[in-house]
Amino acid sequence: MKVTIVDYNSGNISSVINSFKEVAKDKVNIEVTSDLNKIKSSDKVVLPGQGSFKSCVDALNKINGLIDTLNEFTISNKKPLLGICVGLQMFADVGYEETETKGLGWISGKVSKIDNQNGKYKLPHIGWNQIKIIKDSKIFKDIENNSHMYFVHSYEFIPENKKVISATTDYSSNIVCSVEKENIFGTQFHPEKSDKMGLKMIDNFINL
Amino acid sequence: MLKNRIIPCLDVKNGRVVKGINFVDLKDAGDPVEQAKIYSDGGADEICFLDITASNENRDIIYDVVEKTSRKCFVPLTVGGGIRSVEDINKLLNCGADKVSINTAAVENSKVVIESSKKFGSQCIVVAIDAKKNGDKWEVFTHGGRNNSGIDALEYAKQMEQHGAGELLVTSMDRDGTQVGYDIELMSKISSKVNIPVIASGGVGNLDHLVDGIMLGNASAVLAASIFHYGKHSVQEAKEYLDSKGIPVRI
Repeated sequence: MKVTIVDYNSGNISSVINSFKEVAKDKVNIEVTSDLNKIKSSDKVVLPGQGSFKSCVDALNKINGLIDTLNEFTISNKKPLLGICVGLQMFADVGYEETETKGLGWISGKVSKIDNQNGKYKLPHIGWNQIKIIKDSKIFKDIENNSHMYFVHSYEFIPENKKVISATTDYSSNIVCSVEKENIFGTQFHPEKSDKMGLKMIDNFINL
Repeated sequence: MLKNRIIPCLDVKNGRVVKGINFVDLKDAGDPVEQAKIYSDGGADEICFLDITASNENRDIIYDVVEKTSRKCFVPLTVGGGIRSVEDINKLLNCGADKVSINTAAVENSKVVIESSKKFGSQCIVVAIDAKKNGDKWEVFTHGGRNNSGIDALEYAKQMEQHGAGELLVTSMDRDGTQVGYDIELMSKISSKVNIPVIASGGVGNLDHLVDGIMLGNASAVLAASIFHYGKHSVQEAKEYLDSKGIPVRI
């Protein structure tokens, strides 16, 4: 089995690579690349993302054919993909960070700034928060409800169809922190930095 | 609910921990990787390395330390000390640091903060403010507390937020090393001045000081060194104590 972490210059992905390699040991081949053929031949793909929505979409666009390849992998071939943080946010139709930017459009919805209630809540939402699992998801196997996960973000994904939401977290409002739509998985939190529970989730994804 | 974080900080010099856990069963008390792993297994919410290497020729060792640590620690790792440029930040992030904390360079050249937060995202840019009280205000110090910039710490905090800092690590120079508690007034003033999280540092001597940093200083996270290193308290004990005082922590 081959799992590919898409390296598209979206900022710091070393922690994602380290955590997947830790979980995979020697059993699963973890590839880190933006090579289109390698992505096509993967069994699973991880789409990380740090920085702003716009900078990540721009970085995807900079690599010729990458978005088409990801569309083919995910939408046509229906192979499993995990988006992390801005990687998840880009599933949306549109994002409003920096300026209005078109997303991948895989899950209808938008990405807007978290309402900090006039400064009552600090942004970014940084630290450990509990996830409320509201839908049975394969990536939550053996993960207890209310487990702590590590978050760092100022924008939130608001999907149109609430049925795709698999977990939420409570901050200034109820924030969508995990989605699942058929073969598409995404987490707003960082499983790669969420200690044992996060590694368990990565293990679940690898073993889908 | 978002939990308040407890962050143990390790001083690293020439690749070795110089102020760290003093347990007898440690194989190598100077190994930063081993110490960081003990903390993360013990429930630390993040780990902070402060590189205090003085000589330039040994500066590159920290990259190797960060690389090895990030392969073993799966909680956020912040690295500070000696960061001068966007390129230094890039290198640390590539080695596996999740955040960097910038001190002197942020005072001397705010472009480092502006450019790095744009390039890598605010989430990984922590501005470290070393502040010392002078009359009724606090002044920002640089170069490990040796130079007084004369800059007002509160104004500076606001400015760093606008420049793109994702968090502020505020150390009271008056309290650092004294074990008499955080400078609560400084923490609460900075925390109410900015909308980004504040990490309180400098002066922790007991667990009540951690409680005060959060309850009175309005800090989102508390950083401490010696109370954890010398076996006085474990991170777990600290969390249980905070929990008993009604402070939300990850247990």
